[in-house]
Amino acid sequence: MDKQQDILHVQGLRTSFFTDNGIVPAVDHIDFTIHKGEVLGIVGESGCGKSVTSLSIMGLLPQAGRIVDGEILFQGESLTKATEKRMRSIRGNEIAMIFQEPMTSLNPLFKIGNQLTEAIHTHQSCSKEKARKRSVEMLELVGLPRAEQLLNDYPHQLSGGMRQRVMIAMSMICEPQLLIADEPTTALDVTIQKQILQLMKELNKKLHTSIMMITHDLGVVAEVCDRVVVMYAGKIVEEAPVRTIFKHALHPYTKGLLASVPDIRSKKDRLQSIPGNVPKPGSIDKGCRFAERCEHAMERCFTEDPPLYKAEENQQVRCFLYDTEAKEESHETTTP
Amino acid sequence: MKLPLLEVNQIKKYFPITGGILGRKVGEVKAVDRVSFAVYKGETLGLVGESGCGKSTIGRLLLRLQEATDGEIRFEDKDIQALSPKLLKKIRKEMQLVFQDPYASLNPRHKVEKILEEPLIVHGIKDKKERRERIMNMLETVGLDRYHAERYPHQFSGGQRQRIGIARALMTNPKLIIADEPVSALDVSIQSQVLNLLKDLQAEFDLTYIFIAHDLGVVRHISDRVGVMYLGRMVELTDSERLYEEPLHPYTKSLLSSVPVPDPDDQSDSEVLTGEIPSASNPPKGCAFHTRCKECMDVCKTSRPTFQEISPGHHVACHLYGDA
Repeated sequence: MDKQQDILHVQGLRTSFFTDNGIVPAVDHIDFTIHKGEVLGIVGESGCGKSVTSLSIMGLLPQAGRIVDGEILFQGESLTKATEKRMRSIRGNEIAMIFQEPMTSLNPLFKIGNQLTEAIHTHQSCSKEKARKRSVEMLELVGLPRAEQLLNDYPHQLSGGMRQRVMIAMSMICEPQLLIADEPTTALDVTIQKQILQLMKELNKKLHTSIMMITHDLGVVAEVCDRVVVMYAGKIVEEAPVRTIFKHALHPYTKGLLASVPDIRSKKDRLQSIPGNVPKPGSIDKGCRFAERCEHAMERCFTEDPPLYKAEENQQVRCFLYDTEAKEESHETTTP
Repeated sequence: MKLPLLEVNQIKKYFPITGGILGRKVGEVKAVDRVSFAVYKGETLGLVGESGCGKSTIGRLLLRLQEATDGEIRFEDKDIQALSPKLLKKIRKEMQLVFQDPYASLNPRHKVEKILEEPLIVHGIKDKKERRERIMNMLETVGLDRYHAERYPHQFSGGQRQRIGIARALMTNPKLIIADEPVSALDVSIQSQVLNLLKDLQAEFDLTYIFIAHDLGVVRHISDRVGVMYLGRMVELTDSERLYEEPLHPYTKSLLSSVPVPDPDDQSDSEVLTGEIPSASNPPKGCAFHTRCKECMDVCKTSRPTFQEISPGHHVACHLYGDA
């Protein structure tokens, strides 16, 4: 891959929470890259570290959280070493973020217009008139009707879907290079979700904004993402292009996750499920995090930490089942 | 012929909107508007719809946690609304509720044992030893261990908590379980465990379920029949298989095509529903869906379509069908 085209490069990122009960590693040595114009999906269940990853990038970790190791490079610039002042000028301007709750992420006391123009005035010097015009343009771009009047509305006057559109308009108003969307459609109804996902795809095509899509919904991933990173208990367990994940997933966790989704297109008599519970962050410190729930677990899975194996072109998997050297030793055939 | 365990006839629930300094009624929200359906013994009826469609309100009306404005609810041929408080308590033993949020629906200060014991005390099981025995058996039935009885809710994960919620609902040996979004707060891998548990329990105790959810994939998986609701009205009701394979109502069609499918090669963008759900305090005249419907005709704007059986076991409320 051409280095020039990488928007974001995360290397060996480790984020821990320093709590009264000790140090909890929420994100444990993860590496990934987002290319220009790409939609990268980050999938996982609660507590897998997907949201902490995004907060680490934005420099918005809560007090107890700290990046203890690793590097985040945004267009070649280190975000872990950036000053707070520099981060402020990046946030909302070059990297924007939208959150799950469209109800709580808008200020209820200010009109939509105020909140939109504030974003412009923070990062650019331009006249009030121009900022207002730009706000109307953005609201129209995200498909909101009567944009002109909407500027004078308060957030409570809008529905959930409209609020999420406003949030998207606000995040795109400075034309960021990267948009981080943390469960952007989870709080919305399916028909509205469909509209929002289509809107994000359109904006991605039109404005070439790279999107980092954090979600637990594999349907959403299939619909919008180009490449997928699957996380489990703070580690990346698999990374591959979207089609590969859905057709030839390798990691037992990815496979289990795919099989547990009740598919709307067909009725299975019994859903396959993964036994056990999602581990609490930091509760497993040795071996593969998934070993306890894995049906293929071997002895070494409980003692050694599996590295990421390169399985196919563009596909990486953190599982000893794909350790080709070990396989050759035990005279098993590897499929080419 | 199957016997209906529960019959609902033209129920309505209107919530008043008050305004002004005197708090006079200035309007009403038609949360449930003339809905009829029956639930047969041993089946699972799914109720789906988007937020504000009235599906949860129906669940509460059935248990008389809220009083219906009008209409009739018959459980085992007894009119629930006419029951005295004493008889109502008796009948509630037969109908239990499982809630959405396993974090909010268990008392954090009570041990699991006490949580599960309470329904037994309320419904008059006086022998302490018998109560304890039933609690222990129930814990094992729902896939927990006996020693869990001594723990507090915060010591459990979401999936385990939902198992406790289900155990509590089953303590009184009910015939009907109303499950209101029981798996929507759970992770996917845990969700399937709980769904499988619900299915096993249904077979073991001969339970009847009303399964309220917004996730159409989950509903297809667990339901025998499915009712689709929109703005307080039932728009389509039929066998689960038929609803998903040959939906008739335009709303059902677009709802089904809106669900993101976990397959990157199967992305049809053909039917995206435009617009928003209208407010239930001011629903559109005629068919409530006509403002977003692609096949809207003149008649849809003025008269409300009747909910009728257009082929055996397939009820639809749409002017495109029936009246032939």
